[in-house]
Amino acid sequence: MSVVQKEIHELTSREYQYGFVTDFETDVAPRGLNEDVIRLISSKKNEPQWLLDWRLRAYRYLLTMEEPNWQNAHYGPIDYQDIIYYAAPKPKTAGPKSLDEVDPEIVAMFNKLGISLGEQERLSGIAVDAIVDSVSVGTTFKKKLAEVGVIFCSFSEAVQDYPNLVKKYLGSVVPYTDNYFATLNSAVFTDGSFCFIPKGVRCPMELSTYFRINQADTGQFERTLIIAEDHAYVSYLEGCTAPMRDKNQLHAAVVELVALSSAQIKYSTVQNWYPGDKDGKGGIYNFVTKRGICAGANSKISWTQVETGSAITWKYPSVILKGDNSVGEFYSVALTNNRQQADTGTKMIHIGKNTRSTILSKGISAGHGQNTYRGLVKITKSATGARNHTQCDSLLIGSQCGAHTFPYIQVWNPTAQVEHEASTSKIGEDQLFYCRQRGIPVEDAASMIVNGFCREVFKELPMEFAVEAQKLLSVSLEGCIG
Amino acid sequence: MMLQIRNLYASVGGKEILRGLDLDIRAGEVHAIMGPNGSGKSTLAQVLAGRDTYDVTGEVLYEGKNLLAMSPEQRAVEGVFLAFQYPVEIPGVGNLYFLRTALNMVRKQRGLEELDAMDFLVLAKERMKLVEMDQSFMSRSVNTGFSGGETKRNEILQMAVLEPKLAILDETDSGLDIDALQIVARGVNALLNKERSLLVITHYQRLLNYIVPDHVHVMVNGRIVRSGDKHMALELEKNGYMDFEQDTSGGTVIPIGEMS
Repeated sequence: MSVVQKEIHELTSREYQYGFVTDFETDVAPRGLNEDVIRLISSKKNEPQWLLDWRLRAYRYLLTMEEPNWQNAHYGPIDYQDIIYYAAPKPKTAGPKSLDEVDPEIVAMFNKLGISLGEQERLSGIAVDAIVDSVSVGTTFKKKLAEVGVIFCSFSEAVQDYPNLVKKYLGSVVPYTDNYFATLNSAVFTDGSFCFIPKGVRCPMELSTYFRINQADTGQFERTLIIAEDHAYVSYLEGCTAPMRDKNQLHAAVVELVALSSAQIKYSTVQNWYPGDKDGKGGIYNFVTKRGICAGANSKISWTQVETGSAITWKYPSVILKGDNSVGEFYSVALTNNRQQADTGTKMIHIGKNTRSTILSKGISAGHGQNTYRGLVKITKSATGARNHTQCDSLLIGSQCGAHTFPYIQVWNPTAQVEHEASTSKIGEDQLFYCRQRGIPVEDAASMIVNGFCREVFKELPMEFAVEAQKLLSVSLEGCIG
Repeated sequence: MMLQIRNLYASVGGKEILRGLDLDIRAGEVHAIMGPNGSGKSTLAQVLAGRDTYDVTGEVLYEGKNLLAMSPEQRAVEGVFLAFQYPVEIPGVGNLYFLRTALNMVRKQRGLEELDAMDFLVLAKERMKLVEMDQSFMSRSVNTGFSGGETKRNEILQMAVLEPKLAILDETDSGLDIDALQIVARGVNALLNKERSLLVITHYQRLLNYIVPDHVHVMVNGRIVRSGDKHMALELEKNGYMDFEQDTSGGTVIPIGEMS
């Protein structure tokens, strides 16, 4: 092993720093999946009948489905009867929830994660909805947002307070029949964030949801719904972590975005679920369905994701470009180290005229990591003048890892312009040596080279997130250079 | 003594490239090493900079310290600088950021405070004048999409900013037209002083018209076979390396004029 190889090895084997478990009382449903559990979840949340019916329809549909196995990832069978589908931190006080009443243990946990739930302490001006296991424990800046008409609350609250909006849009982008995990989610989803930006409003601050799985053996099935009415704008951030556990935990979320005429939604994710240990034991299975619809003309949806965690990442944040002149964007950095596997990419479905989409995917593989880009660009018959540009770059660190690209391009309109570019490169000894000869230690050099590789994606992230993403990438790569 | 090389051997994959090389460089001296292709000139530069692809034996003292025991980054912060023959591209990493990171590593070693972005910009702008570099270079990624001449000028800019004690120029003249060559040479000359030593590795005498050496060495088959003053370079230009090559190995003889 050369010096560089040894150092790469050390760099890739640094440890996950959010792996702690917090002790607070939790209200859990019995293990397993059946109609009773679904009824229990629904009644815990005091849901209206129509929502329970919707869940049950999803559950019955699920029974007719088979778990998909086409992804380029390998894992043992998931025992769906061994999962706890509902786990909620027990409130210390009964009655209406206010931020002051959040269990101090939970506040401390979020502080440890670098998320402050105290509004006064937050200088950054980002509103946060904090979700632990199955429920939202608090949402900040609700009042301030309400002044401009923005609704930002937990999904459960939205069901109570804005049932008509929920009923109108729930499942409108990702129907409960969509795919196995989305269907599962529709049956058992517990909480999530709800966000509504009314006509003409530019949301005055970044909105964010922070997901934390704490309880053992639970799955997290959250549902996020974001609606931007005509000429509205919102930038939304999502972050996630989980404790280190030996057993794999399932995270099967659904995110639906609806952009009406000339609306813009920017959705950014920094995913840092526990990836499992260096031998691939434990870690989160992150099987998520994220989709947005540019329903109105001139609307825009932009997905930016930095995927560094999870044992397996399986997701394709997509955009249905229905409105004429609408724009879809997908910017992604996916890093797999040790035994991590990622099969991620996007779908851009062009329906409206002169719709445009951009896909920029940066995959980094280190250790024994396997990284797959899978993307669909579909230009339907009606999408006259549609354009797509796709660029997929892969960076390999070491010789045990893999990078794979599966582009699917379907064009049904002869006026379309579709471009696909791809490259694969290896982090070179030459590059590392060059940096070291300028006095930059090998770890810093590797992190610099990788960050440089991802720069085009990072610049799409909101400032604070970009800094976090860079740090995260360096940490995730620790121990891999050499 | 700045650099003292004794009986230096280097091989890669069992193939010996340096075979018992000796060289002394004092502070403030300019040395030139000339020699035919494959004589081991660039290997010497790489070995001195700490490239780990070679198996190395022998002794190299840098300011009295054992250079071979140091990591490449340690050598760099101690003041050893290599201007690469083929500077590598680092896409997405800004030139300015790269250079500031490098400088701050050196400053840390010298017990100086780190320079912040603003102070660094002032310094960089001043040094850029030395190599007549346009400011647009700074916002570009390290060597990415640079022309041959631009990469070489960038190397000299880095040298100007990092202020090494021992600078090794590895075929810095290759790929340069005469105008670029003069700019690079002017930049290098402006950096010469009594404390700084320079080791110029070149194939052609041409560069030595502009950077005038105190000592010229001829390297053939991994050894220095002859040393002299600057006049020897002119002699070599005229007669080629033929005599030396026949002396040492009896291998292929290539007149200097035909080599590239």
